Amino acid sequence: MSQEILSLTAAEAAERVRAGELSAAELFGAYRERAAAEDLNAFLWVADEAPEVPDGPLGGVPLAVKDLFCVENVPSAAGSRILEGYRPPYTATAVRRLRDAGAPVLGKTNQDEFAMGSSNENSGYGPVQNPWDRERVPGGSSGGSAAAVAAGLAPWAIGTDTGGSIRQPAALCGIVGLKPTYGAVSRYGMIAFASSLDQCGPLTRDVTDAALLFKHMVGRDRCDSTSLEFPEEVELPSAERLDGMRFGVPPELSGEGVEPGVREVFERGLKLIEDLGGSLEEVSLPHSPHGISAYYVIAPAEASANLARYDGVRYGPRSGNGDLTEMYEQTRRDGFGPEVRRRIMLGTYALSSGYYEAYYGRAQRVRTKIAEDFKAAFDKVDLIVTPTSPTVAFKLGERTADPLAMYMSDYCTVPMPLAGIPAISIPGGLSEGLPVGIQLAGPAFSENRIFQGAFALEQAIGFEGVPRFERQDADRSSQDAGPEAPRK
Amino acid sequence: MIDREQVLHVAKLARLKLGEDEVERMSGELSTILDHIEKINELDLDDVEPTSHVVQVENVLRPDEPRESWPRERMLDEAPDSTGAGFRVPSPGAG
Amino acid sequence: MYEPVIGLEIHCQLKTRTKMFCSCALSFGDEPNTHTCPVCLGHPGSLPVTNERAVEYGLMIGLALGCEIAPRSIFHRKNYFYPDLPKGYQISQYDIPLASGGRLGDVRIHRVHLEEDAAKLVHAGESGRIHGSEASVVDFNRGGTPLVEIVTEPDLRTAEDAAEFGRLLQATLRAMGVSDVSMEEGSLRCDANVSIRPAGEATFGTKTELKNMNSWTFLRRGILAEIERQEEIVGSGGEVEQETLHFDPQSGALSPLRSKEEAHDYRYFPEPDLVPLAPSDEMLERARSAIPELPAQRAERFRSDLGLPEETARVLAHRFELGDFYEQAVAAADGGADPKALANWVKNELVQRLGDADRDDWKVEPDAFARLVALVGDKTVSQSAAKEVLDALVAEGGDPQAIVDAKGLGAAGADELAEVVERALADNPDVVEKLKADPGSKAVGAIVGAVMRETKGRADGGEVQRLIRERIG
Ligand SMILES: [Mg+2]
Ligand SMILES: [Zn+2]
Repeated sequence: MSQEILSLTAAEAAERVRAGELSAAELFGAYRERAAAEDLNAFLWVADEAPEVPDGPLGGVPLAVKDLFCVENVPSAAGSRILEGYRPPYTATAVRRLRDAGAPVLGKTNQDEFAMGSSNENSGYGPVQNPWDRERVPGGSSGGSAAAVAAGLAPWAIGTDTGGSIRQPAALCGIVGLKPTYGAVSRYGMIAFASSLDQCGPLTRDVTDAALLFKHMVGRDRCDSTSLEFPEEVELPSAERLDGMRFGVPPELSGEGVEPGVREVFERGLKLIEDLGGSLEEVSLPHSPHGISAYYVIAPAEASANLARYDGVRYGPRSGNGDLTEMYEQTRRDGFGPEVRRRIMLGTYALSSGYYEAYYGRAQRVRTKIAEDFKAAFDKVDLIVTPTSPTVAFKLGERTADPLAMYMSDYCTVPMPLAGIPAISIPGGLSEGLPVGIQLAGPAFSENRIFQGAFALEQAIGFEGVPRFERQDADRSSQDAGPEAPRK
Repeated sequence: MIDREQVLHVAKLARLKLGEDEVERMSGELSTILDHIEKINELDLDDVEPTSHVVQVENVLRPDEPRESWPRERMLDEAPDSTGAGFRVPSPGAG
Repeated sequence: MYEPVIGLEIHCQLKTRTKMFCSCALSFGDEPNTHTCPVCLGHPGSLPVTNERAVEYGLMIGLALGCEIAPRSIFHRKNYFYPDLPKGYQISQYDIPLASGGRLGDVRIHRVHLEEDAAKLVHAGESGRIHGSEASVVDFNRGGTPLVEIVTEPDLRTAEDAAEFGRLLQATLRAMGVSDVSMEEGSLRCDANVSIRPAGEATFGTKTELKNMNSWTFLRRGILAEIERQEEIVGSGGEVEQETLHFDPQSGALSPLRSKEEAHDYRYFPEPDLVPLAPSDEMLERARSAIPELPAQRAERFRSDLGLPEETARVLAHRFELGDFYEQAVAAADGGADPKALANWVKNELVQRLGDADRDDWKVEPDAFARLVALVGDKTVSQSAAKEVLDALVAEGGDPQAIVDAKGLGAAGADELAEVVERALADNPDVVEKLKADPGSKAVGAIVGAVMRETKGRADGGEVQRLIRERIG
């Protein structure tokens, strides 16, 4: 029975619950048991029992929530030691909306500290293992959410994406991840990394689940001045063909730097788009190669201010000996990990007097150019298609010594948040037994179009890498065994 | 290129205490990253407007109507050092 | 000879119902930390949302000061660490303020911008120490209160003018009802930038900043002390250092507020959690129409309607407590006392007696004051006796007639006066001779003086002279 429950997508499970064929309690219990027993370090906290939720379209299907979402009276530390033991007095709008639509919180998932990372190795609570190969990273920063969904520890999850933190782990774990249009989903209660870039979105087994979850997250929130009403109904996708849909392929994001195995899967995807009746044409995003540079000025600069509130005064642990400066410096030294310290330094430097224009000012202008590039491209095409990550999941520890190499993991995903546009990553297939993601990006608020395109492509690809729960169970005896290739 | 002195100055601004070894490492790592970032200096951005908001809305305002504040006990619960009425901190300039 | 150059920076707490960026109610004197929420405590994930009325008040102030309203202004983050600053940055306006380039009186207004107030840091005292060191306690009730910061151009040249301008600005804000403008309670706070330069020099000297003077008298005294300090330094060939100073009104001493090496670098950058302010025509119209009579117009009304001389009208209008008191007195007098006489008594007698006292501490009531001036008008009491009565009114309040009776200050009656004059003439035969020889002789003053001494000033000078002439013929 439990196996059968676990093999359902979230949308299927919700349907069964609402049809009275499946009890929400049983559903929650089955996942709670797996989440509590998991050994990927994907969860930092798991609910003891199912929280009360109203009957709703999400049918009581349990939701895994990235640690950085504030949930009232539930540990919410954004993967950082500086918030160890913090239990927010309030709940993030996105989580509240999903709960009101019938999705109870199953647990809090591991992440890179304050969402700063692409491998989950920067978590203050230990790295997460990739269910496809436990020697490898799940990607980051929403690595816990991605691993949990890929390993069938949760039917679906939400995470946040600032430079690729939903799409890249989704790609590396072989699931679907959407970074929505900036402003589509409220940021209220989402512990901030870089406020002008952060967006939260779904990590799911398939595109339909992503659309369903997204449908109930969107909308203007009076607690977030930058949130906007979604201009149309979010629809569950049904397209089987891509006739008349124009896809743009930017050489800047799909050429050099992309490893051969990834390129192969990507090109198979392009071929399928044409088979489905879609047209391909080359579009240029000349400034996107500078995305990483702009991103690693803007994001750390905003983060340096966003993280100034962690001072040991109002919440979280405090260190020090009774001197004010000592309290600040020791609390922040003990609380922040190396990558967070590095980015605070980088951002503080970029904003410091004499350097603002050279770094922050120029980065904001590059941002304008990148947005203009996309605008021009979308005059010609409906969607842009690229690989999500230049590589498959890399080995734990492989890039930790080289920050810049780690930053390059976001090469294909960073331009979209800089332009505030939506993008989805779907599994395109495997390379050396590891998942490869294909990214589809569209203009602001074109999520419906993205879902349609992604859905048709998803059907054609027929990726069956998830759920991998049998594997997970087996793995508990034999740690080293890798997952078998997806049934295909 | 960011030297030892700058690293120490920035660390002071950010209230981050760096270990001796860390100062050296930080100056090396930040310099490498900044070298890469400085590639944007190749671009001609003279008459390009900076983007700080991607959302094009203005005047998002809240009516001036009070809502109930949070219970003091609940908020002080989170504090590492509370007097029961307020948040205790080392006095500026003391210690 | 040096010329002082002075500019003012005024922080004014807006009298809105809620805080600048959250819905917590504003409060004064409530239990500490009873008006907080995740936003004003800077909790993780919380976001600011701008208070509509604070913006409207900001626009009213900008317009009232004749400023240009920015078609599109934005908020910045001003980054620094302090326990009263929950987010580690203050949301303020930087390169594009809400309003700029105005004028009040003959002082140009540089800028007017919106920001949020810091919390209150109180010494812990009983509530203990930390590792044996001094401790303080943070009360976040005040944290996030809407503030308007008003910065003048360095157009002021004397400490007196600075205080006078401060009063006019205070009266202007008060007239609009946008703030309590109480310097005592800190809803109005004033900093002064002071420098000196050789008279006739065009370039400015190095300026110092005097922080948080909480009365106009202290402001005046602080500036005077600082000018003197700078003149001594420069006079002895030294150089003024740029620094922030605290003025202690008790000792009159100036002491550095921050250690100089702790140079500030606020790392301003646009606040990504807020969108730009672009006041619509409707917003501007609403603000414009909400502006009531301002001190300048009030002074004009005092001139045209009540016939006050320019100087008197200005003094009364520019100090709103006096203006209000005066108008209440005129209303109470209801023709009983001449508005001009009332004005002169306020300006020449009441002001000096009240000194710097807060309006709430005034004991003299406008209607009592009006009755006193009426008593002078119908010669029931003499000028000098009335001043004695006013002393009493200012000291204890009460009813003027009662004070007159109690102190026997009523004007001397005809019979009593005739008697006293008779005696004075008898005591001064020589003077009488002089007056017989020359009736216009100044010698008459001696007799009048004697009579006044005798009656303790209760006699009317004119009446006394009449009686003397009558007797000498
Ligand atoms: Mg200010
Ligand atoms: Zn509040």
